[in-house]
Amino acid sequence: MVGITAYGAYIPFNRLERRRLAEAFGEPAPPGEKAVANYDEDSVTMAVEAARDCLNGLSPGDLGGVYFATTTPPYREKQSATTVSAALDAPELVRTADFTSTLRAGSTALLAAADAVKSGAGSVLVAAADCRLGAAKGQFEQLFGDAAAAFVIGKENVLAEIEDACTVAGDVITQWREAEDRYVRTWEDRFVVSRGYGPLVTKALTAMAGRRKISPQDINKLVLYAPSPRYQAGTALSLGFQKQQIQDGLFDTVGIAGAAHAPLMLAAALEQAEPGDRILLVTFGEGADAILFRVTENIKQFSPRRGVAAYLQSKKNTMNYQTYLRWKKMLDFEPPRRPDPDRPSAPAMWRNAKKNLAFYGSRCTKCGTPQIPAQRVCVHCQARDEMEPYRFADITARIATYTVDYLTFSQDPPTVFAVIDFDGGGRLLCEMTDCDPAAVDIGVEVEMSFRRLYQAGGIHNYYWKARPKR
Amino acid sequence: MSIRDKVAIIGMGCTRFGEHWDKSADDMLVEAAYEALEDAGLAPEDIQAYWLGTCASGWAGISLSEPLKIQYRPVTRVENFCATGTDAFRNACYAVASGAYDIAMAIGVEKLKDSGYSGLVITPPPGDGTDPNYSAPAAFSLLAPAYFKKYGLDPETGKKVLARIAYKNHKNGALNPKAQFRQEVPMEKILKSPIVAAPLGVMDCSGVSDGSAAAIIVRAEDAKKFKKDPIYVKALSVVCGPGHGAMHQDYDFTTIRETYYAGLDAYRQAGITNPREEISMAEVHDCFTPTELVIYEDLGFSERGRAWRDVLDGVFDLDGKLPVNPDGGLKSFGHPIGASGLRMLYEMYLQLRGQAGPRQIDNPKLGLTHNLGGFPWEAVCSVCIVGKETG
Repeated sequence: MVGITAYGAYIPFNRLERRRLAEAFGEPAPPGEKAVANYDEDSVTMAVEAARDCLNGLSPGDLGGVYFATTTPPYREKQSATTVSAALDAPELVRTADFTSTLRAGSTALLAAADAVKSGAGSVLVAAADCRLGAAKGQFEQLFGDAAAAFVIGKENVLAEIEDACTVAGDVITQWREAEDRYVRTWEDRFVVSRGYGPLVTKALTAMAGRRKISPQDINKLVLYAPSPRYQAGTALSLGFQKQQIQDGLFDTVGIAGAAHAPLMLAAALEQAEPGDRILLVTFGEGADAILFRVTENIKQFSPRRGVAAYLQSKKNTMNYQTYLRWKKMLDFEPPRRPDPDRPSAPAMWRNAKKNLAFYGSRCTKCGTPQIPAQRVCVHCQARDEMEPYRFADITARIATYTVDYLTFSQDPPTVFAVIDFDGGGRLLCEMTDCDPAAVDIGVEVEMSFRRLYQAGGIHNYYWKARPKR
Repeated sequence: MSIRDKVAIIGMGCTRFGEHWDKSADDMLVEAAYEALEDAGLAPEDIQAYWLGTCASGWAGISLSEPLKIQYRPVTRVENFCATGTDAFRNACYAVASGAYDIAMAIGVEKLKDSGYSGLVITPPPGDGTDPNYSAPAAFSLLAPAYFKKYGLDPETGKKVLARIAYKNHKNGALNPKAQFRQEVPMEKILKSPIVAAPLGVMDCSGVSDGSAAAIIVRAEDAKKFKKDPIYVKALSVVCGPGHGAMHQDYDFTTIRETYYAGLDAYRQAGITNPREEISMAEVHDCFTPTELVIYEDLGFSERGRAWRDVLDGVFDLDGKLPVNPDGGLKSFGHPIGASGLRMLYEMYLQLRGQAGPRQIDNPKLGLTHNLGGFPWEAVCSVCIVGKETG
C-alpha cells in the first residue's frame, strides 16, 4: 500500500485584508483576507516550514527523497529541493527534484513520489509552496495568497492510501508567465473555464470514474483547485457533487496559493478525515491530475505540529497595502544610508552548510555546553576538539535582551534583534521576524524559523531567525 | 612586571574633530604630527619610529610615511577596533621602554565622513552572510533593557539616566574648542530625540567625525630633558575576550567583561586598589550612553547596580567626585576610531599639566583612559593610566 504517511501545512503569519486593496484603489474587492509571505519568506522557506510541520518528530534521516513543487522558485538555474532537504537535515543520500512551471506541480510531485516509493525509494517528502504575484489593482492581486503544504509518501503507516490517479494533458493557454514576467497573465475567464479548466477536469474525473466504477456519492471530500471561487462550486456541482462534499477553497482566508493550493486543501481535508473516507484531489494547469485517496485507521495516530487549522488561527492582519508593496518589491523605497550587503561567499556557505541550513551547532562532550555556531574550543571549559553536533532548529528559546534597530539595512525596518537562550543551553544573537516590536520583551518564548536573509549577487542567502511562538 | 613610570609623554597634538570636508586623512596626520613635534620642541628627524593607528582610513605604514615624508624609518600600522589609537600608543611605549628606540611617535587618524553613510562602515572579510547585521547603536542598546530589568529601573527612569550621561558630556564638550559639538543640549531634547535603536535615540549616540591626534614618547628618565612637565605612563592594558557573551547564557548584558578585566590589569600595574578614590578623572568610551553606564561599574567607579544613582547624583560631572569625560567624550568629539584613544590621552595631558582652561579639574594626579571596540559580548578593551609625577 502506497500513500500519505504524514502531512503538514504552512500559512504565513501575516494576512492582508482585501478591504485594504479596495481602499487603495477606490474599487470593490472580494471579501476576506489573503496570506502574505513576509519579505524574508519565499517558496523555499515556506516549503521548509510546511515540511517541519509535517515531520513533527519523525526522523528526517529516514527520507529517501525530497521533492519541491512551486511555480515561484528562487532560481532559474539551481535546484531548491536540495536547500529544502538540507534545511530538514535529510540524509545526503537522497533523491531530490524540483517540480515547477505549472500549477499542477504539487500533484505531479505527489504522483512522482508515489512512483518512486513503488520502485523502492523508501519514503519521499513532497513540499509544495507558492507565492505568485498579481499586478497592482488586478484580480490576481486580490485572489492570490501565499502558503505551503507538505506530505510524506511511503509504504508504512499509510494514513491515506492512493487508490487511483489519472492525468490528462492539455496544452491550453490559460494562465502563464513568460520567463521574464513577474506577474501572472491570463486569457479571458470564459475561455479559461469553458475550453480549459472545465473540460480538462471533467475528462480526468470521467476517465477515473469509468475505470474504477465510482461516482460522486462515493466521495467524502472533493479537493478541487479552481482559478476562482465561483468556478470551483460551479464545476463541482455540474459534475454531480453536492455542496457539502466540496473542501473549502480557503479563498477568504488564504487566497489561491498556486501549486500549493490543492495540496493545502488536501492537508485541511486530512485534518478532518475519518477512517474509510475517500478524498479526491483534483488539480489543474495545462491539463488535470486527479488522485483518489482512501483514509485508513492510521489517520487517528497522526497529527501535524500545527496544521492548517492552527496556522489559520495564528495571524496578524493589520498590515497595510504599502507594506505589501514593500515586501513584494512592487514599489521602490528610498534605501537606508547604509551599504548594500555583499554577496555571501560560496566557499563559506559550503563550509557552514550544517549551521546555515540544518541549524547545527555543537555540544561540548566534556562539560555539556551547547553552542552555536559550532566551536573548536569550548566557550565554557576551553576543551579543544571535544565537540559533537547539536541541532538547535526545533528547540524553544527565550529572549534574554533585545533591540529595535531603525538604522540597519532592511526591506522592512525597523529590525528586531534579540539575544535568545535555548532550553537546555546555548545562546544566539539573531534577527526576529513576524513580530510586533512593541510585544518583544525579556522572557518572551520564541521558536526558530527558516528564512531568506537577503539576496545579493543573484544568491539567495537562507538562514534561521527567531519568531514569537505561533 | 609593569610599564609603570618607565615612559613619559613629552609632546602631543590634536586636530579639531568634526566634519572636515576640506581635509583628507593625510592633511589631519600632518596637522597632528607637527603640533606634537612643536609641543615637544622636536624636528621630524628626531623621531626614530612611528606607530600609526587607523581602523579603516588607510593601510600599512606608508599611510603615514608618505604624507609626513618620513625618511626611511619604521612605521607600524595598528588596527584593533576602537582601541586602535590606544594600542598604537601602547606599542610605541613598549618599544621605547625596551630601549629599541629613544623617541617614538604614536599617531591615530580616521576619516569617516567620506563614506556617505551615517555611522561607521567597516567591510568585513568574505563570509557566509549569516552574521546579524545590527547597527552599532543596536548592539549597545542591548545593554539597556537588561540593565533596567536587573536593577529595577522603569523605562522612564532608565531613559533619564542615559540622557543624563549625554547631557553631562555635551555640557563638558561645550567648553572645548577642539570638540565636534560645542553646545550644551537640554535634557528634554535628548529625551525626545528620534529613536535609532530602541530605547536609544540619536542623542544617545556619539557623533561621526574626522580627526587625528598624536603623542611623542621617551623614557621617563629622559623626559625632563625635553619638557619641564611631562606626564608619566602608569599602566597600559589591552584585553580581548572569547566572544563568550553571545554564546553562553551566564552573561547578562549588564557588564562588559573586557572592560572589567582590562581595568583589573591596569589597576594592578599602577598599584591602585580603590579606583573611585584614587583616580582623579577619566576619559571613557561613551560610544553610546548605556556603554558609559556599565563602564562605571566595570571600572569600579560605582558599585554594581549603583552607577545609575551616581549618574543622577552628579558624581561624574565636571565638578563631581570623579569627573568622567571632562573634554566632552565621544559624545562631543565624535569617534574617528584610530584617533579617539590619543584624543583621550590629550585631555589627560592638558588636565594633568593645568592647561585645560575652563574645563580644568582641580589638581588632578591620575587620569584613566578607556576604549572599547567591538560589541558588549565580543570586545577589545584598552585601559591606560597616566600620572603627573613618578612614584
